[in-house]
Amino acid sequence: MSAMAQYDSKLALRCENLHRYLGEGEGRVHVLRGVSFEARRGEVTAIVGPSGCGKSTLLYLLGLLDQPNDGSIWISDQLMSNSSDSDRTAARCEHIGFVFQFHFLMQEFSALDNVMMPMRKLGRLSEEQMAERARLLLADVGLGNKTHRLATQLSGGEQQRVAVARALANQPAIILADEPTGNLDVTNSGLVFDLLTKLAKENGQAVVLVTHNPDIATRCDVTKPMRDGLFV
Amino acid sequence: MATSTNLRIAFRFLTARKRSMLMSLAGIVFGIGFFIVTQAQTSGFEQFFIKTILGTNGAIRIEDKFQDTQFIMVAGGHDKDASKFQVAGDRSARKYIEGVEDPALLTEALYKFRNVSGVSTVLEGGVVADSSFKNDSAKVYGIILNDHLAVSDLGSQIVRDAGTLEDFRTTPQGLLVGKVLAERLQVKPGDSLILQAGVERRRYRVSALYETGVGDIDKVRIYMHLGEARSLLKKTSGASFLQVALFDRDRAPEDAAQMEEVLRHGAKSWQEREVSWLNAFKALQISAALTVSTIILISGLGMFNTLAMLVIEKTKEIAILRSMGYTRRDISRIFLWLGAIVLVVGTVGGWAFGAAVTYGVSKWPIKITGIFTASTFQVYWAWSHYIVATISATVVVMTAAVIPARRAARLEPGEIIRGTSQ
Ligand SMILES: Nc1ncnc2c1ncn2[C@@H]1O[C@H](COP(=O)(O)OP(=O)(O)OP(=O)(O)O)[C@@H](O)[C@H]1O
Ligand SMILES: [Mg+2]
Repeated sequence: MSAMAQYDSKLALRCENLHRYLGEGEGRVHVLRGVSFEARRGEVTAIVGPSGCGKSTLLYLLGLLDQPNDGSIWISDQLMSNSSDSDRTAARCEHIGFVFQFHFLMQEFSALDNVMMPMRKLGRLSEEQMAERARLLLADVGLGNKTHRLATQLSGGEQQRVAVARALANQPAIILADEPTGNLDVTNSGLVFDLLTKLAKENGQAVVLVTHNPDIATRCDVTKPMRDGLFV
Repeated sequence: MATSTNLRIAFRFLTARKRSMLMSLAGIVFGIGFFIVTQAQTSGFEQFFIKTILGTNGAIRIEDKFQDTQFIMVAGGHDKDASKFQVAGDRSARKYIEGVEDPALLTEALYKFRNVSGVSTVLEGGVVADSSFKNDSAKVYGIILNDHLAVSDLGSQIVRDAGTLEDFRTTPQGLLVGKVLAERLQVKPGDSLILQAGVERRRYRVSALYETGVGDIDKVRIYMHLGEARSLLKKTSGASFLQVALFDRDRAPEDAAQMEEVLRHGAKSWQEREVSWLNAFKALQISAALTVSTIILISGLGMFNTLAMLVIEKTKEIAILRSMGYTRRDISRIFLWLGAIVLVVGTVGGWAFGAAVTYGVSKWPIKITGIFTASTFQVYWAWSHYIVATISATVVVMTAAVIPARRAARLEPGEIIRGTSQ
C-alpha cells in the first residue's frame, strides 16, 4: 500500500468498481464484477487468468472501446467512463495504443501505411517525419526490411508485430496489449516484450498486457491474476 | 490533413470491390453521356426549328388594327393601370380591322423599339398560278427585297443552281417560287408563269426557286416585288402585315405585348404563333431527360448496393480505425469520398462520352422535311445539359452514399472487435 502512494503522481490509468454485462436476455452474462485497477507510467503490468475470465473485456473498457455498465475509468486523472463518444475517440487517438488479441491490420495497406495510420489522424508530424518514425518502429519490431509489404503478404506473427509498432506510433501514455506475443515464437515474443518494457522505462509509458505465457508474466513489474471477472 | 487521409483510405477501399465499383461507374458514365446526347439532340432540333421559324415568318408579325369596344366601360370602374391591364388581357373585347392601314407610319413607330432590328412590309393575296402544264392555287407575298432580307433568311434559302437573287432584284416581273410549288407547276428559272387574281391575269418570270424546308411555305408561297403585288391584287395602299426581326429573339413576347399596347395592332411573337410545336419539343426534351435519368438512378442503386456491401466487408477495418482515434465523422467521410470518387470519374467520363457521341451524331446523315429540312442530326451544344446531368448524378450518387456512410459511422468498435475475437 505504501508503494502505491509513492507512485500516485505516476498514475496513467485507473478504474474503480467496473461492471460489465454481455449478451442479451437469457444469455446475459455478468462478465466483470466490480474490477478496480490502476497502471503507472514506466511500469509493465500483466493481467493473467484462465480463458473467458474477462481479460479482453476489461482491456476494451480501459481502451475506451467499450463502455462499462457501472464503475469509473480515469485516463491521466480525466474521468472518461461517462464522456461522449467524440471525447473518448480523441483520447484513444492521443493517449492509448491498442494491440488486439488477434492481429488486426488494415488489409489493403502496407505495413508502413498501417503504422502511419494513427499518426495521420493525430496530424502532428509531416509526411516525411511520419514515414521516418514508422520505419524506425518497424525496424524495432524486426520488420525493417518488410515495410512495403501489404498486410496480406505478412505472416500472422509479422502482422502481430506490425500491430505492436502501430500501437506505439503516437507515443501514447498507455499501451494496452491483448496477448501481443500470443502468435510469436520465443525469439520474437522476447523481442516484442523487450521493446514494450524498454519503452515503458524510457518514455514513461504505462504498459498493460494480457498474457498466458508464465515467463512473460514473471518478467513484468506487476502481475494481476484474474478469475471470473474479478482480480484475486 | 484529415481530409487527405480519409480520401486515401477511400481510394484503397475502392480497390476492394473493383468490379462492382466499375459497374456503377459505367452506369454513371452511360447515364450522364446519354443524358447529354439526348438533350443535345432534342434541343438541337428545337433550335433548328426556331431558326427556321425566324428565318421564314420572323420574330413578330404585326397585323390587323383593332379597337377596344369595352375600353370606356372598363376604364370607368378602375384606376388607370388596372384598366390597361384589363384591355391588354381581354382580346375578345376587341373589334379587328383586317390588315395594316399605314405601313410606313407603323414601320417608323416599330423602329422606336430598341430591340427591333428590321421591319418588312408584306402584301399577301391568293392567286392561281398557271404554267404551260398545270395550274395550282398559290399565295403571293409582295415584298421590298432588301427589307425582307433583313427580317428573314430568304437570301440563303435560294436553291443552288436554280436562279439567283440578283435576277429577282433586277427584274420587275421576277418571282421567287417555292421549290415544291415549282415542281408541281413544272417551272424552272427563266420560265414564265401567269398569275391570276380575280379577273386580273398577268405574266411573270421565275427568277429563282427557294426552299425553306417548311412544307406549308414551299408549296404555296411566291415572292414578288411589292409594287407588282399592289397592281396585281389591286391594293394601292396598306399592307397585310409587317414582319419584324429582333436583336434578342427571347424578348419577343414582351415586345409583342408592348407593341400591341402602343400601336393598337395585333402583334404575335414567334413563341405565341408556334406554341404547340414548341410545347411538343419541350415535352420531348423532358421525357427524354426522365427516361435517360433512370439509367443514372439505376447506377445509383448499384452504387448503394456496392457501398452497403463494402461497409459490411470492412467492419473490421472500421473498428480498427475507430480504435486508433478516427471519429464517426471520419468513417462517414471515407464512404462519402468513395461515392464522390466514383461520381467525379463517372461525370468526367460521362461528359467525354456524351460529347463524343453528340459530335458523332451531328455528322449522321438523315433526311427530314416538313416542319424544317435537315440533312444531318441536329445537335445543340449547351453547358446547361452537362450541368443538369451532373447535378442529377450528384444527387443520386451522393444520396446512395449517405445511407451506407451513416451506417458505417454508427458501428460500435467495441462490439465489432468482441464479435470477431470470440
Ligand atoms: N457477446 C457476448 N455475449 C455473452 N457473453 C460474452 C460475449 N462476449 C464475450 N462473452 C463472455 O465474456 C467472458 C469474457 O470474455 P473475454 O473475451 O473477456 O475473455 P478473456 O479473458 O479475454 O479470454 P481469452 O483468454 O480466451 O481471450 C467469456 O466468458 C465470454 O464467453
Ligand atoms: Mg481475450
